Amino acid sequence: MRMPPTEPIIQVESLSFSYSGSRPALIDLNLEVNPGEKVALVGPNGAGKSTLLLHLNGILRTRNGSRVQIDGLEVSDKTLRAVRAKVGLVFQDPDDQLFSPTVFEDVAFGPLHMGLPEAEVRERVARAMAAVGMVGYEDRMPHHLSLGERKRVAIATVLAMEPQVLVLDEPSAGLDPRARRRLIHLLQGLPQTMLVASHDMRLVWDLCPRTAILDGGRLVADGPTADLLRDEGLMAAHGLECP
Amino acid sequence: MSARWIGFLERYQQGTSPIHCLDPRLKLLATLAFVLLAGLAWGAIVLAGIPWGQALKRSAIALPFAGMVALSLPFTQAGQIVWTLNLWGWDLSITDAGLLLFVAILVKAWLSVLVSGLLVATTRFPDLLLGLQSLRVPAALTATISFMYRYLFVLVDEALRLQTAREARSVGTGRTVFWRARVLGGLIGSLFIRSYERSERVYMAMLDRGYAGEIRSLTRLTWQGRDSWAALAWGLALLGVALVARLSSLGVG
Repeated sequence: MRMPPTEPIIQVESLSFSYSGSRPALIDLNLEVNPGEKVALVGPNGAGKSTLLLHLNGILRTRNGSRVQIDGLEVSDKTLRAVRAKVGLVFQDPDDQLFSPTVFEDVAFGPLHMGLPEAEVRERVARAMAAVGMVGYEDRMPHHLSLGERKRVAIATVLAMEPQVLVLDEPSAGLDPRARRRLIHLLQGLPQTMLVASHDMRLVWDLCPRTAILDGGRLVADGPTADLLRDEGLMAAHGLECP
Repeated sequence: MSARWIGFLERYQQGTSPIHCLDPRLKLLATLAFVLLAGLAWGAIVLAGIPWGQALKRSAIALPFAGMVALSLPFTQAGQIVWTLNLWGWDLSITDAGLLLFVAILVKAWLSVLVSGLLVATTRFPDLLLGLQSLRVPAALTATISFMYRYLFVLVDEALRLQTAREARSVGTGRTVFWRARVLGGLIGSLFIRSYERSERVYMAMLDRGYAGEIRSLTRLTWQGRDSWAALAWGLALLGVALVARLSSLGVG
């Protein structure tokens, strides 16, 4: 690590954002995440969770006064490629993430577009497939896989870029209990810093020691998961349930 | 073979139609050429273990389209009049040359679909794309085909879900053609909007993984000895067909 370990790897400073012609989606949001931390992002639909996630790799861009820093790099036109290599975004619907005709090509897409040589690309694909337990599926077509399998391949597509930060949007949505269990185990075993947006409080409880609650575009609570999720008043106030 | 069958053959051999009058050598060679070409396709189909009945049925899909296009030919080509049709005081004449062209186009269309069907049935789609890419087909085209194939299944799933939802809510009578048209229109509309929104999310996913306007891929195709042999055999066979066709057209001239 080039930065000293106390330096936060994600730094969001007074981030405000509104989609054109709508009410603000994020209002003066501040968030810092340290390397290796697994942080849950919870809140009702429309709270701004996805909007925040899309800022972390520059798909949505900051306006005046706002600042997003990843591993010491401020997100801007110049740093965009470097930032996207550091932050891996896993979308809610794996059909959005898996756009190539075969699993291999999809997992190779990131490393190839980072400009890595062929041998390195193949090595990274093999490592990523092993990490998500999908070795042997390389030549399969995405539409022949189950949702749980597609989800794991979607995670492999980002792992192959060897990011420092994993950002996941609703990772357990639509999965049956067994697939969900496997996914939680998989995520628990990964060393990356994680920011996980989810309505699945059991997943939050099992995976993330720290939780941030978002409501109406504002960060309304940020602390140890065990404290926040036991606070029935707080949870009910933001339309959430205790696990 | 019974005497009746021979009699049937002979009964039609005494005609004086333009086809009867063609040089026998030409007719022999033309028939041979056709059988050879069709035989090539059939041989490959049998070799690939594709049920030939299905291949036949699927390849017939081209006939209505080709037929519509070629329908005017028998009436518009110059040549000897074979048959005259009186339609509301209009004389429509079918000529021999026109008829020949009509049949030729139908057969061509059918054979083309048959061999294309063979290609698609015996090649995995990703490999087909790789092949196109390494033959330097423009990336914009191969990427479009690739996305189309990938999301065709997603789209069909979505269409089926929408249809089920409509079915579940439409009880009783009142299913007029107008109603069906409206339902179909709504279905297509919402499919379009869903696809449009999905395309934006897919683009975001691509951007996130370093996409900058150019799709890169590793070529994984390896040309083997047996490919060379197959290419040689196929090339010789096609050359033979071309030669036979050339010879038979010389016969006409």
